[in-house]
Amino acid sequence: MIAAFHHAETPVHRLRPGVKIAAVFMGATLAFVFANWIALAILASGVLVLYVIARIPPALALAQIRPALLILVAIFALHAIFDDWLFGLFVVARLVVIIVLAALVTLTTRVSEMVAALEIGLGPARHIGIDPSRVALAVAMAIRFIPVIATQAAAIREAQAARGLHRSFVAILVPLVIRSLRMADSVAEALDARGFETKERVGKDSATIDSQQKPSVEAVERVVD
Amino acid sequence: MNLPALSTKDIVYIALFAAVIAAMALIPPIPVPVIPVPITAQTLGVMLAGSILGGWRGMLAVLLFLALVALGLPLLPGGRGGMAVFAGPTAGFLFGWPLGALVVGLLMERFWGKVDIVLAFIFNVIGGIAVIYAIGIGWLVLMVGADPLSVVTGSAAFIPGDLIKAGIAAFVAVTVKRSYPIIARRA
Repeated sequence: MIAAFHHAETPVHRLRPGVKIAAVFMGATLAFVFANWIALAILASGVLVLYVIARIPPALALAQIRPALLILVAIFALHAIFDDWLFGLFVVARLVVIIVLAALVTLTTRVSEMVAALEIGLGPARHIGIDPSRVALAVAMAIRFIPVIATQAAAIREAQAARGLHRSFVAILVPLVIRSLRMADSVAEALDARGFETKERVGKDSATIDSQQKPSVEAVERVVD
Repeated sequence: MNLPALSTKDIVYIALFAAVIAAMALIPPIPVPVIPVPITAQTLGVMLAGSILGGWRGMLAVLLFLALVALGLPLLPGGRGGMAVFAGPTAGFLFGWPLGALVVGLLMERFWGKVDIVLAFIFNVIGGIAVIYAIGIGWLVLMVGADPLSVVTGSAAFIPGDLIKAGIAAFVAVTVKRSYPIIARRA
């Protein structure tokens, strides 16, 4: 699985993920609060400058819009037909700027950095009972599981092909879901056996958290591999 | 206020189901004779998360999946991912996913004893289609300043496919319930 990260050594890459994400929210809010061409042009130039600093190749920058292209055209057509084509153009332009700005975060931030930022960002959530390190573990586990499940799905599909059932969602999903749930039970058992469920936390220092996380992910891997 | 406690098993179920939803993007869309567009499996995954794990855990599984996408992993159909996905006009449908799973799951939990394929189908339609479309269309209208009616008419083309997904999800949920009733164990 290849993430959309584009490697380079630039100030944008070095920015903390939290800052970058906040910038996207701010940019998007500004684009909607000041809904006029001048504000949009300023925002767009800002985004352009950021892309240049981040040394993202122009082709890659343009590619960020491609997934949404069809629906953007549809939106423009909608406005062109029913009300004001100029407004339609503005709406589409605004969306493009925001999408491209958001894409910059993903292009300049490693997945691991994002996970770390997520864990820090969830710190305050401790007060409502959310444990950031458990969230981080859930993230790590899910990532670890994806290739395993995908392989299982492929294997099941092949097996069902022998019966001519490879086109049936049900024939693939029922075994896949049941096998996945069984695997989850084994992993949960393995984790509990390693004392994962430690409700007492004497200190919140990173050493305590790390010493819990690493053996847990290893336990997952031992069951899964 | 403290949120309901999650056991180790809960967390593993949630992580695993998030992975199942991700893996579903990799199952190639299956062409169906009646529908012009091949059905992609992922909304099915959302319905299943609620149907099988229940409201709370189903919602968390979907949230976890969306978090993975936001982190930059290419887990949406076509290998899409990253923050840009949540900035586009159709992002509302993604935001509707966790809520949809929650609704499906809560309905399944509430009527667990009486759930059969018909009820399961109805729940999947309410949570997996009505709720998700409501949020998706609402977001689209907000972002795009389009006339709600035209957006609704535009979205209508996808409904038959989603109805089929709701049916599939119901069938799978009822079948799995027979051999692996997760929700019942909780209660």
